[in-house]
This record gives sequence, structure tokens and C-alpha cells, in this order.
Amino acid sequence: MKVAVKVLPKSEVLDTQGRAVQNALKQQGYDLKECRIGKYIVIDVDTDSEKTALKEAEKMAQAVLHNNLIETYEIDVL
Amino acid sequence: MNKVGVLRFPGTNCDRDIWQAVETVKAKPEWLWHTDRFGWKDYKALVIPGGFSYGDYLRTGALAAMSPVMKSLKEAIDHGVPVIGICNGFQILCEARILPGALLRNEKLKFQDKWVQVKVENNKIPWSANFEKNRKVRLPIAHGDGRYYADSETLKKIEDRGQVWCRYLDNPNGSLNDIAGVVNDKGNVVALMPHPERAIFDWMGSNDGIGFFNWL
Repeated sequence: MKVAVKVLPKSEVLDTQGRAVQNALKQQGYDLKECRIGKYIVIDVDTDSEKTALKEAEKMAQAVLHNNLIETYEIDVL
Repeated sequence: MNKVGVLRFPGTNCDRDIWQAVETVKAKPEWLWHTDRFGWKDYKALVIPGGFSYGDYLRTGALAAMSPVMKSLKEAIDHGVPVIGICNGFQILCEARILPGALLRNEKLKFQDKWVQVKVENNKIPWSANFEKNRKVRLPIAHGDGRYYADSETLKKIEDRGQVWCRYLDNPNGSLNDIAGVVNDKGNVVALMPHPERAIFDWMGSNDGIGFFNWL
């Protein structure tokens, strides 16, 4: 069962990469309020159960894939 | 017994500089590989050198922080062994939650490679016991992810408790409160972004860095 973990810098943390891309987009004439950059991690959990897959991904996200001081995460089943 | 353990991970690249610095002060360096386990009683101090462990994958220091050697390091810390993390070593100690906060991409995105002045504010710990309080030292920096960040509550706590170890005089990376180095609440683990091991002799541009090692 494949799940995706989306990791984003917390809103109160200055996202320098997002800010640089935001400025570049604006320079190109695009109309935007903000751009933030994170990570998209796809994990194939060895199970057919959606519930188990989500539970495992949750544990991985908590322990390894995100740092709760600076990031937030969301998990989707693919 | 003046053996100093120098931790190495795949991608560590300041290890030989640390080795030289430790030998210069007549202590005995010894390599510790990331898969090693070791006994804390064998070491007077432990160093996590700079570099780009695991290619900075996921987050700087994140994968190194989960290495087997870190279990032994934590035992050593619990028993009061003095530990210093430099640059990537600082990032690893933050990711391992041994030190408060995190190190983020520099504010201006540029990799900063230059000499800076830092003020060493806490001299009650072995690594800076040779300095008078608020001694200014000249050290090189070389990092892309050195912006110290902690939430406001943590920041207040470390300021109030004297856990800000070193502060930049001219902030090169957007670190909150100009923080260049911190110490844990117990006082035996310190870390900083600048490289004292690259400032050991005058010909290197400064010998201020030797002051961090000559207690060994």
C-alpha cells in the first residue's frame, strides 16, 4: 500500500527556498501571495491494509521524516 | 587518560583537522565509526566533526543522528563526558535532540565561507574554560545551513539559563539572537557552527581555535 508523506516548513519558520522561488515567480510576472517548499515522500508499506499503512507512515513521519520543531506533515493514501 | 573519540559518518570531512588539533594539544585522538559502539569510560572527551554526513539528505544531520554510534554517545553524555559538535556536528546534535533548536538554510541562501568574530559567553564549560567571559575569537565558518532556529519559548529558556554559548558579532546567516553555539542544560555538550579546528596556528589566519582544545 503506497502512502505519501508531505512535509512543509512551519508557517512561522522563514522558508528561504520558498521565498527565493516566490521572488523568481513574481519576477516572471506571476501573481501569487506566497510560495513555500517542502518534501514529498512516497512510501510503499508492506501491507494491504490502509489502516496499517497509515499507522506505519505516521510512526515514520513522527520519528524520522519530519522534525516537529520546524516542520509539519500530512499523510495521504495513494 | 586523555583519549578523545572523533566520530565519523559517511560524508564527514573535518575529521583529520580535528585529529591534528587534538594531537597538537598532546591528547590522543581515536576514530569512532558510525556503526561502532563504545564505552564512555574510555574517553576524556568526544568530538563530532563537520562535513556533510549522508550528503545532508532529508535534513542536515538527520540520518547521522540515528546511527548506532549515537546510542553510545548518549550514554557518554548521560555520564557527563564532555562533547563538542562542530558545524555538521552541531546539526547532528540538534537532530538527535541532545541540543535545543534546529539549523536551517542560511537566510540569504548563499553558502557562507569566511572569517567571523564570535563572543564566547559561557566559560563555565571545559571547552571554553580557558577563555575569560565574553572573549571574542576569530574563527572561520563554512556552511549553507547554519541559521539557528528555536521557537520563542525555547529561545527564552536558553537565553535565561545561559545556554547560548557563542554569539556572532556580525550575523552571517540569519541565526535568531545571533546564536553561533549552544550548550545543553547539564553543561557537558556544546556545539557551534564556526570551525575552531581550522584556526589552530597563526599561519591558518588565527590561532584562537586552540583555546577550545588545550584543556584536553
